[in-house]
Amino acid sequence: MDNKTFFILLAVMAVSTYLVRAIPFAAFRKKITNRKVKAFFDYIPYTVLSAMTFPAILYSTDSVITASAGALTAVILAYRGRSLLIVAVGTCAAAFLVSLLLMFVPL
Amino acid sequence: MSFKKGFKSGLVIGSGYLSVSFSFGIMAVNSGLTWWQAVLISITCLTSAGQVAGVGIMAAGGGIIEMAVAQLVINLRYSLMAISLSQKTDKTMTLPARLIDAYVITDEIFGVASTQESVGFRYMTGLGILPIAGWTLGTFLGAVLGNILPAVVTSCLAIGIYGMFVAIVLPVCRQSKTISIICIIAVLLAVVFRYVPFLYAHVSSGFAIIICAVIAAFVGVLITPEDETQKEAADGQ
Repeated sequence: MDNKTFFILLAVMAVSTYLVRAIPFAAFRKKITNRKVKAFFDYIPYTVLSAMTFPAILYSTDSVITASAGALTAVILAYRGRSLLIVAVGTCAAAFLVSLLLMFVPL
Repeated sequence: MSFKKGFKSGLVIGSGYLSVSFSFGIMAVNSGLTWWQAVLISITCLTSAGQVAGVGIMAAGGGIIEMAVAQLVINLRYSLMAISLSQKTDKTMTLPARLIDAYVITDEIFGVASTQESVGFRYMTGLGILPIAGWTLGTFLGAVLGNILPAVVTSCLAIGIYGMFVAIVLPVCRQSKTISIICIIAVLLAVVFRYVPFLYAHVSSGFAIIICAVIAAFVGVLITPEDETQKEAADGQ
């Protein structure tokens, strides 16, 4: 691929990605008053995050075992109401510890 | 003040991005791109699935139409997020402010921003800075350093972002029965899209997320049409 082709494809990629975000963000400037529609968009963040997290979290490291350990830790810490940072760090740490363990105790 | 708050919240996202984009950098170079091409893609697009697909199209010698359609379909979820987020914006979110901050609407930034009662220009811009830095730097490091870092370290950093998602969703589920029901529905649908071979092979992950989220949120409207849960959730924070 020559540089000219690269820059054309890059421009197409960047502009289409930007417009998908910017057009609705700029267009919806008034608060939605219809209660059902408003409720729908209030629910969206949680359903999006849920659908994005599970089962994808199980494949986020190089082994389902370490990822499961991380996921379980995340659920426990989050259920206890820990902050975002603590839960994120705890999740990584649990996955890392289990992967170290697996190096010495291969299953 | 709210810039600082956003900036700090961006730290978790930025460090998560560092590891995810590290693997993107490796992938891009393996597909035949140079390091500066990989970095330019990351800084202009700031999206994961779209970039992976985009590099694939470039490597396969694909055309403009294919590129545009692929990006629209994979990234359509951002439109949904942008509308949802537009309902939380305050007065500081003028049209120019929206055109700037639209660029930082990603899954993770949206996830954190939507936990706020209202989102202003300063907060949103602050929130975006470290993720942009992490995403770009990670791509550069991945492209240049390749496989020098032990895989066990980079692999375990990638799960942190999901941990953060769990931390956003679970506390709200404890407070609202409707939200816990629709989150379970969203997860069950995501499981179907992941494990039914036909669906996994033919529906892109971005599109699967849209379908799962929209159906689950729609069920939520059927159960509790006048979202009193939102008030409870906001009070609980």
